[in-house]
Amino acid sequence: MSASDDDVGGAPERDWEEVQSGPEFTELRRRLRVFVFPLTAFFIVWYLLYVLMATYAPAFMATPVFGNVNVGLVFGLLQFVTTFVITGLYARYANRRLDPIADKLRHELEETK
Amino acid sequence: MTPASLVLADTGTITEINPVLNMSVFGLFVLVTLFIVFRASRNTKTAADYYAAGRSFSGPQNGFAIAGDYLSAASFLGICGAIAINGYDGFLYSIGFLVAWLVALLLVAELLRNTGKFTMGDVLAFRMRQRPVRAAAAIATLAVSFFYLLAQMAGGGSLVNLLLGIEGDVGQNVVIAVVGVVMIVYVLIGGMKGTTWVQIIKAGLLIGGVLVMTVWVLALHGFNLSELLADAASRPDGKGEALLAPGAQYGETWLTKLDFVSLGIALVLGTAGLPHVLMRFYTVPTAKEARRSVVWAIALIGLFYLFTLVLGYGAGALVGADEINNAPGGVNSAAPLLALALGGPLLLGFIAAVAFATILAVVAGLTITASASFAHDVYVNVLRRGAGNQVNEVKVARITALVIGALAIAGGILAKDQNVAFLVALAFAVAASANLPTILYTLFWRRFNTNGALWSMYGGLGTALVLIVFSPAVSGSETAMIPGADFALFPLSNPGLVSIPLSFLLGWVGTMLSSERNPKKQAEMEVRSLTGVGAEKAVAH
Repeated sequence: MSASDDDVGGAPERDWEEVQSGPEFTELRRRLRVFVFPLTAFFIVWYLLYVLMATYAPAFMATPVFGNVNVGLVFGLLQFVTTFVITGLYARYANRRLDPIADKLRHELEETK
Repeated sequence: MTPASLVLADTGTITEINPVLNMSVFGLFVLVTLFIVFRASRNTKTAADYYAAGRSFSGPQNGFAIAGDYLSAASFLGICGAIAINGYDGFLYSIGFLVAWLVALLLVAELLRNTGKFTMGDVLAFRMRQRPVRAAAAIATLAVSFFYLLAQMAGGGSLVNLLLGIEGDVGQNVVIAVVGVVMIVYVLIGGMKGTTWVQIIKAGLLIGGVLVMTVWVLALHGFNLSELLADAASRPDGKGEALLAPGAQYGETWLTKLDFVSLGIALVLGTAGLPHVLMRFYTVPTAKEARRSVVWAIALIGLFYLFTLVLGYGAGALVGADEINNAPGGVNSAAPLLALALGGPLLLGFIAAVAFATILAVVAGLTITASASFAHDVYVNVLRRGAGNQVNEVKVARITALVIGALAIAGGILAKDQNVAFLVALAFAVAASANLPTILYTLFWRRFNTNGALWSMYGGLGTALVLIVFSPAVSGSETAMIPGADFALFPLSNPGLVSIPLSFLLGWVGTMLSSERNPKKQAEMEVRSLTGVGAEKAVAH
């Protein structure tokens, strides 16, 4: 179905490379990448740190923090916290900084058939 | 084997497990969902209806359906049991399963929704040579779905043992077959819309039931987590203080430690490569709704895993390791036994029905994904070169669903004594090795081409499968699938540590060795993936 040629938004002969190199699209792509790439690197490293600590430093993880709750449990629960926070941050960022440009570009491209 | 009705005898509170009650609650669930599936099927006409539910679900609805698809028997029974017996190490699974969703949220969900139609193959075929990449994507999809299906059906087998008091091979096989047939009916009649509704209902029941049990367990311990942990650690039959720290299960040698790191990597990178997860993003009308559905899914799945932490330690404290290990179904019986200890046979009946519903819903989701991949990628685009019409395509998908359903029943009967969580971990490793590198390269790397995709997919899939065959999980140990033989040349039971980086590397090498470039298609794909221009619209009925 070669990307469903029958329902492509613009005319088949549209110059997609021109759109791709245009200032608005470049800005949209930049905004997406400067946000998601560092965050992805962060949560992968943060998660791997957790896995490695749990595997190779169990004694440290067993250190009590309060009552029977130890460092390992707190560290694990913090993984939940960071996952929820990153989800919230991304949703907010996408709604405010990505959607407006993406919507504008989409309308422009779909109108100029 | 201990008869199910005597499981709790040694606590002095002999509570009969009531198979009739359990079956009735489950039967009620099947009747209600079948009714909904029939109603939902009235509008299923086109391929978009059958595979993608007309793209008409809202973000929150799809979020519930994703949770329903993802919170499988391995998550519920497996993790509760692992925490009850091995304590902290079971918790590590749930963290990997949850954090993995960030890969889907940040890198995959929206871009995939904007560029594909029904399957992973659609996205790859956008800018690469169609027939080879679709064939590869379909093979990878079928392989991952097969492992995942086996895990679910194996879980079904051990559940039957415990919950229905049915012993002996014949009885269990009959129940597995009944579960398989009901699932096939859902998929054949309801398509994606019916399947999605089954998953939404199941997710609601599962999370609701687990919430009630969590509050109950916490209430028994004065809403004090520390006190619950103390009770679990002070049981004489458990692992004591070792339950509270990592290492009870994986900390033996440097190899078991490395194996755990390998598992951790497979878990976090596997989710965004699971075909049945990817396909769920096509059931919503826009990329924005795909984003909302992942946000909802993360909230629901995260809460669920927090609950299982309490339930796992609760089962360790209130039921105890001895009873769990000696119960039919073994480790997997921790959550049902906890329900029995808390609320008696009625709560057990409810939890049992939810657990069955869980297996049913997940298996249905896998079956529709595998059949879509075969019908859409292989039949229409590879064999018929795009000439098949939609009516034919849906017909082929239904026949494929029937075949896969039959295979799942047969596989479930053969695999029913296997370790559920282990089989799921393998499915994750295969998904992360075969699918994820290609998906990420396709979406983010301009130079990527057909050759790179084929090297990465076949290389990743092949390496993962070969390493599994020669792993200690298959032979060479008492707990292996084939305990008698020993051809375990590869020391790790999870291949992720080797096969995932290798697949990324092969994708890069394969790309560089080929001169194929397609800047026009890449430009079109990138613009469409970020803006949603020309994305598949919802079907209006």
